[in-house]
Amino acid sequence: MVASTLAACGGGSGGVPTLTWYTNPDAGGQTEIAARCTEAAGGRYRIETATLPREASAQREQLVRRLAANDTSIDLMSLDPIFVPEFAQAGFLAPVPPELAGRVTEDVVPAAVETSTWEDQLVAVPFWSNTQLLWYRKSVAEAAGLDMTKPVTWDQVVSAAQDQDKLIGVQGIRAEALTVWFNALIESAGGSIIAENSTDPEQVTLGLESDAGRRATELMRDISNSGQTGPALSTANEDSTATGFESADGGFMVNYSFVYARALGKVEDGTMDQATVDDYGWALYPQVDEGTESAPPYGGINLGVGALSEHPDLAYDATECITSTENQAYYFVHDGNAASDTTVYDDPEVVEAFPMAETIRESLEQAAPRPLTAYYSEVTGGLQRRYHPTGSVDPATTPREATEFITAVLRKEQLL
Amino acid sequence: MTTTTLPPSEKTQPVSAPGHTTSDRARSERKLGWLLAGPALAVMLLVTAYPILQAVYDSLFDYRLTDPDNRSFTGLSNYLVILSDSTWWISMGVTVLITLVTVAVELVLGFALAFVMAKALKAIRPVLRAAILIPYAVITVVSAFAWRFAFAIDTGFVNTWFGWLPGIGADTDWFGGQWSALFVVCIAEIWKTTPFISLLLLAGLAQVPEVLQEAAKVDGATWWQRLRKVTLPNMKAAIMVALLFRTLDAFRVFDSIFVMTAGANNTESVSFLAYRQTISRLEIGLGSAVSVLLFLVVVGIAALFIKGFKVDLASARGEG
Repeated sequence: MVASTLAACGGGSGGVPTLTWYTNPDAGGQTEIAARCTEAAGGRYRIETATLPREASAQREQLVRRLAANDTSIDLMSLDPIFVPEFAQAGFLAPVPPELAGRVTEDVVPAAVETSTWEDQLVAVPFWSNTQLLWYRKSVAEAAGLDMTKPVTWDQVVSAAQDQDKLIGVQGIRAEALTVWFNALIESAGGSIIAENSTDPEQVTLGLESDAGRRATELMRDISNSGQTGPALSTANEDSTATGFESADGGFMVNYSFVYARALGKVEDGTMDQATVDDYGWALYPQVDEGTESAPPYGGINLGVGALSEHPDLAYDATECITSTENQAYYFVHDGNAASDTTVYDDPEVVEAFPMAETIRESLEQAAPRPLTAYYSEVTGGLQRRYHPTGSVDPATTPREATEFITAVLRKEQLL
Repeated sequence: MTTTTLPPSEKTQPVSAPGHTTSDRARSERKLGWLLAGPALAVMLLVTAYPILQAVYDSLFDYRLTDPDNRSFTGLSNYLVILSDSTWWISMGVTVLITLVTVAVELVLGFALAFVMAKALKAIRPVLRAAILIPYAVITVVSAFAWRFAFAIDTGFVNTWFGWLPGIGADTDWFGGQWSALFVVCIAEIWKTTPFISLLLLAGLAQVPEVLQEAAKVDGATWWQRLRKVTLPNMKAAIMVALLFRTLDAFRVFDSIFVMTAGANNTESVSFLAYRQTISRLEIGLGSAVSVLLFLVVVGIAALFIKGFKVDLASARGEG
């Protein structure tokens, strides 16, 4: 806060323009990249970082409030992809220079480009990408006779866990993680939460009542009621499922790649045996229907340039430096956040630090983003209302109720 | 301060028999009063009246913060949407329940604590008072996190400590159900604000004249009779003020729910509803309407206490 205020007032020392980059909290990688790019700029600009709250929803709230109040101090923003359409439609993002658009989307995973695009225009610059893998204990999969060299289905995972009486880690908390899970299920089944998108909230058509929607609902209920999801499924988030997976009961889990770094950290602290980490296995996100490629969750960060920034040209220059292959590789190794640039996965340092790098790249190639809409918070909020607790959903009624509810909320006929 | 307070008889005399000689003095006193309280009043109007009026104005519009161009006047339709929505009534029910439960329990507990503080040995009284006050000094969000961690399955100790009670086991998910989650919310609130109510009651207890107690004792009144006939009637004003403040406070419960359940499993309070419409959905119009309704309810409660139960705020401070 102080840094950003000073930056906004001072305009940089010695006439060098200062760019303020609002970043999500990380292990310090973005601050280091800011320093590197400041140096690379050779005195054309300086980048200072300002840290946003931890939760993506809180980051959005703060940025929207500032942007709506015409805050000119926002030059660069680390944006969760789900909020890009809203920011673009509200006119909060400066237009991407056409000559830059080609360069920053080269060799980038499709989902990253998709989430940076609104109304056929690139509105943000893909930075890093995140995806969920199926994590499993090699010993459990082996004992259950599950062949993990081929893609597996949810049904196979459930029976293997039941067979060995081990946990399946899924995120059933009434939060964004629930939407992430449901979206992966419905996309893997060949459907989408939003069937037909629109900039007019009253024209948005949902796809929950499709066959894929009902199948996803059914699967969500069956997994939740399998008896293997642990006692606190209705409040389980990414961290608590990781804790369950680390325990002696751990069997399977869908989660982001941070769980691996987390386990290594615990071994270093002496709170976990090396044998447990050696037992960690990873595979592509489970399929809904055997033989049909799964659509793993997609996350990450795209860079936006504030529409009211005093130096949008310099800010876009900076995004190119920040998202360079070299910096993405550094960020991957240092902070554990996977790159959106596919060439990074050939970096020997990355391959050494992340034995599952190739699986992540594969997963990112087939990942499906959550619905791209300017009314994302209504859609996800409504979904979380009707699909929680996950064990009580009913494929016959929940899709219809959720559709009616979200549609009414979008029409502002109901509270959320 | 107490030395400047006139006995009731002297103070009421000039009012019942107004004399021309005192009007100058009264006028200058009134002027001094305005001079002293005026700046505070102006600041109050600036920081409370202005936002309230702004909220009332905004509540008449269909207005989304990310779509300011399409702002349109919709009259009272936001209020109609809210009042015809079950979400509003559920959160209202939850809020009323939390208010009733916490205030009732806090009143009894606070009374007990006030008695302990008033009657405890003089030597340890300061220590005791400080100890009782600690929860009130803790920031609400911090205390909410502490209680959440205590009851959570992975980090909590409650399930282990109280596992011998029927219905509690290692797998009891407190935040997984409406009633159990509300129970934890209520406990956290009670733990946190009982000190406040007990301090207000202690002040009231100190006002009960010792002579009355002694007289009652001489007349052979039992402890229970003295409590009911002497202590309680004399501190009625203090009790009502404590109840009023706590009810208004409890009705706006937010932090604990935000931290513990984020409103899941029907544990949402009215303030939380307002927060989500305004801050999360950025629907300024709808959110303002919820806030205005919440404000009206709070004003209603205050009016009920002051008019209905004849609470005299001044008397609680020993000015009556």
